[in-house]
Amino acid sequence: MDSLLQYLMNGLMLGIIYAMVAVGFTLFFGTLNVIQFSHGDVLTLGSFAGLSALSIIPNQSSWLSILAVLVFSLVISAIIGMFIAQFLILPMREAPSINVLLATLMFGTVIRESIRLFYPDGANPKRFPSLLPSTRIAIGSFTLPFDNLIILAFGFFIIFLLSLIINKTKLGLAIRAIAQDSETARLMGIPFNKYVLLTFIIGSVLAAFAGVMDAFYYNEISFNMGLLLGVIGFTSAIIGGLGNIYGAILGGFLFAFLEVIGGSLLPSLVPSIPSAYKDVFAFTMVIILMTIKPTGLLAEKLSERV
Amino acid sequence: MIITIISLLFVFLRIKATLPFNQLIFLHEPKTIPVLITLTTLCITVYFHNTPFVLLMMCTVLLYATVCLGLTIQLGFIGIVNFAAAAFFGIGGYSSVILSHYPIPSLIIILLSGLISMLFSGLLIFPVLKTRGHYAALITIAAGILFKNFLEVNDSLGGSQGLQTPSIHLLGFDFNNALSLGEIDVSFYVPYILLCLSVFISTYLITQRIEKSWFGLTLDIVRTDETAASTFGIAITKWKVTAFLFGNFIIGIAGSVYASVTGFIAPNNFTFSDSLIMISIIILGGIGNMRSIIPAALIMIIVPEKLQFIQEYRFLLYALLIIGVLLFRPNGLFPRPIRNFNQ
Repeated sequence: MDSLLQYLMNGLMLGIIYAMVAVGFTLFFGTLNVIQFSHGDVLTLGSFAGLSALSIIPNQSSWLSILAVLVFSLVISAIIGMFIAQFLILPMREAPSINVLLATLMFGTVIRESIRLFYPDGANPKRFPSLLPSTRIAIGSFTLPFDNLIILAFGFFIIFLLSLIINKTKLGLAIRAIAQDSETARLMGIPFNKYVLLTFIIGSVLAAFAGVMDAFYYNEISFNMGLLLGVIGFTSAIIGGLGNIYGAILGGFLFAFLEVIGGSLLPSLVPSIPSAYKDVFAFTMVIILMTIKPTGLLAEKLSERV
Repeated sequence: MIITIISLLFVFLRIKATLPFNQLIFLHEPKTIPVLITLTTLCITVYFHNTPFVLLMMCTVLLYATVCLGLTIQLGFIGIVNFAAAAFFGIGGYSSVILSHYPIPSLIIILLSGLISMLFSGLLIFPVLKTRGHYAALITIAAGILFKNFLEVNDSLGGSQGLQTPSIHLLGFDFNNALSLGEIDVSFYVPYILLCLSVFISTYLITQRIEKSWFGLTLDIVRTDETAASTFGIAITKWKVTAFLFGNFIIGIAGSVYASVTGFIAPNNFTFSDSLIMISIIILGGIGNMRSIIPAALIMIIVPEKLQFIQEYRFLLYALLIIGVLLFRPNGLFPRPIRNFNQ
């Protein structure tokens, strides 16, 4: 029972992080029909920016440090997101989608390699100090780390906030209008470029939140963590159904639980499978899922023009 | 020797100066490019016959170019994105190591490795056929990552340490023994170069036949407009499966030869970034244009090796180069010429 609760908690923690990355992917795809593959590396950049904020203001109370980490990583990733939209995505609007995919993949490589080469000692994994209170809450014989709870609650709060922005504000209305039909939206007087930039800022800020949460959860960051997280986020967005925010959240949690099952439950049930196979298991399941439901669980609306 | 190279270059440049590159008539003769590549490779081999590093680089270029021929069939001709090229390359390599424990002739091993790589890609064909665009890209990316993760955790395949590959025996002759012709010492890479060259040239000739024939025409039609193709009675599924499997067969063969050339394989040789480099080569050259593969492979592989001071920055420079090409020359350095039906 305790271990089951532990698996559930791990799945939720990973799921909220994956979901936030996936929501970014789906937001970009929804508005512009592009895959922004440097998203995972924007996340890495966010967490590294947070770490450097800590080195600038040392010896402060932990809440102030957390605030500094958040502000720094959000600002940096918002700027880089805006940069990507302005100089990579908007100029390539007419290009075939494989070109955009490759260009953003390559931009991700640029970010990753820049961190490795130019951040002091960037090639090695870095320890991220645990700033959150580390008390544990006991529920029966099962103890729950308090910082995990904070991260989880914070993640749900951010996603809730995002759905409010998308569904209730004028900004969200404009984004939805562009997603539905960008030509008509422009004719109706919606400043297209401005809202594309805003969408990219929102998505990149989400990535930065995910990066900081990931750093607090594992207490370690490295220059290449974004590649796998980006692929996982992309995967989650796709198994949920691209262009659908709820699909992305669903996909994130699904992938996380697949990983937990592959990493912990399966080895305890079938002793011949070591837990190192968790990614192998998760990606195999994803490929099988994609064969069964080729457009994701909550499919995007797709119409073929013949 | 140098005089030969220079005079060849000179002739080439003189013709190039008078005509735009894509209209060079002699380049469109089907045999010109293979002959040119063979001659140049042989010249360089003879000149650097005892410099292993240069020879190894040439083997790598030829094998990566072979992989790119496979990718050209997939992405250039029929339009299936394959981000798992390095994985199929790796499957070819690993299967040749495993097969070499049995008493099978080396040439058969190379062919069998290609077949095994093809069989594994057959597992992937169902999801690839069902999906399209970004979804298909995801499937191949996931497959590539899955392959590398699997290798790293699987101890019977050497884990992350990798495996040593035995040498190739051909015609009762061990490739790893250093040779000497008369008084001249010849590096043991020379036979490997001949092998790589023959693999590349034969693949090139086959790919060229495919492009020229009705087969290639069918693939082109399927890529440009699937709906139109199916209304004309072309079995899309059949051609997609054929092209995808055949491309991976070529990639597997290249991987098998690569494993024996380097003498050692490890999961780190077959990562997602390597797939990206392979895709980048055909993007840089111009998707679907076979003639541009060798120049693009030279740029991507030789330049960073040659300039040691950019070694550390090579991935950064690759990435910037590809972004530049995609932004300013979206069709690559030498775009694929439009089919000429007058020939």
